[in-house]
Amino acid sequence: MSGLVVNDLHVFHGAIRAVDGLSFSVETGQLAAIIGANGAGKTTLLRALTGLKSVQSGSATWNGESMLRQKPENLVRQGIVHVSDGKSVIPELSVKENLALGGLWRRDKKDVAIVTKEVLDLFPRLGERMSQSADTLSGGERQMLAIGRSLISRPSLLLLDEPSLGLAPLVIEQIFQAIKSLQARLNLTVVLVEQNAMGALRIADIGVIVNLGRLVTVGPSQELINNPALRAAYLGY
Amino acid sequence: MSRIINTLLIGISGGSIYSLMSLALVLVWRSTRVVNFAQAGQAILSTYIGYVVVTHTDNYWLAFPVALLSGALIGALVDIFLIRILARRANSGPVAAIAPVIATLGLLGLIRAIVGMIWGGDLRRFKLPVTNHGFTFGHTTIPFAPINLLIVVTTVIVMLIFSVIFQRTNLGLALRASAFSPEIARLAGVRVDLTRTIGWAFAGAAGAIAGVLVTPTNYLSPNSLDLLLVSGFVAAVIGGLESLIGAALGGLVLGISLAFVLEYISSSLAFPVAFVVLMAVLLIKPAGLFGGKRVRSA
Ligand SMILES: Nc1ncnc2c1ncn2[C@@H]1O[C@H](COP(=O)(O)OP(=O)(O)OP(=O)(O)O)[C@@H](O)[C@H]1O
Ligand SMILES: [Mg+2]
Repeated sequence: MSGLVVNDLHVFHGAIRAVDGLSFSVETGQLAAIIGANGAGKTTLLRALTGLKSVQSGSATWNGESMLRQKPENLVRQGIVHVSDGKSVIPELSVKENLALGGLWRRDKKDVAIVTKEVLDLFPRLGERMSQSADTLSGGERQMLAIGRSLISRPSLLLLDEPSLGLAPLVIEQIFQAIKSLQARLNLTVVLVEQNAMGALRIADIGVIVNLGRLVTVGPSQELINNPALRAAYLGY
Repeated sequence: MSRIINTLLIGISGGSIYSLMSLALVLVWRSTRVVNFAQAGQAILSTYIGYVVVTHTDNYWLAFPVALLSGALIGALVDIFLIRILARRANSGPVAAIAPVIATLGLLGLIRAIVGMIWGGDLRRFKLPVTNHGFTFGHTTIPFAPINLLIVVTTVIVMLIFSVIFQRTNLGLALRASAFSPEIARLAGVRVDLTRTIGWAFAGAAGAIAGVLVTPTNYLSPNSLDLLLVSGFVAAVIGGLESLIGAALGGLVLGISLAFVLEYISSSLAFPVAFVVLMAVLLIKPAGLFGGKRVRSA
């Protein structure tokens, strides 16, 4: 089975069942929005999928191969790249160094140079700030840097944890558009965790709604947007 | 006037040794959050290994790289066989804070005991690479000797090499990223465990260099580097604990202050003065004289 398949995944934080038997799948090239309130278990799900948190039971495969019980740095080498929540950049390093980090492990330095240029074309503001330290960047710029760095690892599966967090509406729109265009251009499979449900569902192919660690529903994002019951309960408008 | 300059020169030479030890401690602290009390033990063992080479070959410049490489290897082994296991097993609650302290203190004792068993407790002379008779200008001989010059020059070279590695190479970028933010480094594909071990190896090498540089100026015994551990800590704290430049400058500040107190006040005050300098820094500027974000990134 190609794509991402999560089956009956259980992840605990001590006694808390943060992810409690979650199953869903995302086909290659699709953009899936994972929607849910605070504490729904979205971050825990991503951390479990990318080796940052150990899993109790269940399975998760990417193109048929298990993702679980592997180190994040090895998953990166298989094209599975996680941009964690809270602007995943290292403030003490310069913009240039943050970007370079994503390609350190790669042998093909020519391609690293090519993809770095693509990233700078996509986010020209990073190019103007290459030697600045990352903690001088605005929130939106940091998010661009975090996404930019992930692209330099040439991901095939990109997992983004709340890229819109703390950003102004205009900047959110910019980030979402960038994600959408990347998905199309690079045939990326994207798992986009968001509290900004409407924004995320608008660019997503499918939506996965979770609550208290369990699946509420999964379906084409248009259907979710048009479902009045879901709108009232989970989409918040 | 010349007394001041002489004191300054001696302070810089002494401070260089503190800088190296401080560098070793900071490298470990910022990458693993471990205060490595065993550093003095690792350094003394490396120095004894250098001592064996120098007594058999009569060649200091063969002993130097052997000690350096032994120090690196010992550092790497300590990380792999002790610190990694602690990080995996004792990683939460009060135990997580105290376990590395006990473990590295215990290792210090263990290494000292092993060194004592192999070489005995008596004081030994370590061959000087160059003379310790002060430079002579006309009819005056100053306290600063070729050995002091060698110490300063070697330290400067070591610091330059470290700064090139850390600032200009991919390995350096990986080392800094792993130290500042291991999780993000991991998510970017950096092999953080391996990188940390390399950091421990660098620290072990720096400590070993301090050992083989300072030992010819006095003597060698299983605990002859213990005081250097304290000075190294004081220098590291003065430097803000996080930065390599801070470690180097902290060593110089301590070395120069000590030299002036010894010269102008009393030679029995070395230890109390180090302590007073430490307390003063902690009270006035707890982040270290050279602390803060900007230095941290260096
Ligand atoms: N490190 C932790 N230790 C203990 N409990 C945790 C930890 N991290 C998360 N939890 C708990 O697990 C549950 C799921 O948290 P998680 O962070 O995955 O939610 P989330 O959907 O990402 O929320 P948010 O939208 O606020 O980011 C919550 O009940 C939370 O309190
Ligand atoms: Mg979250």
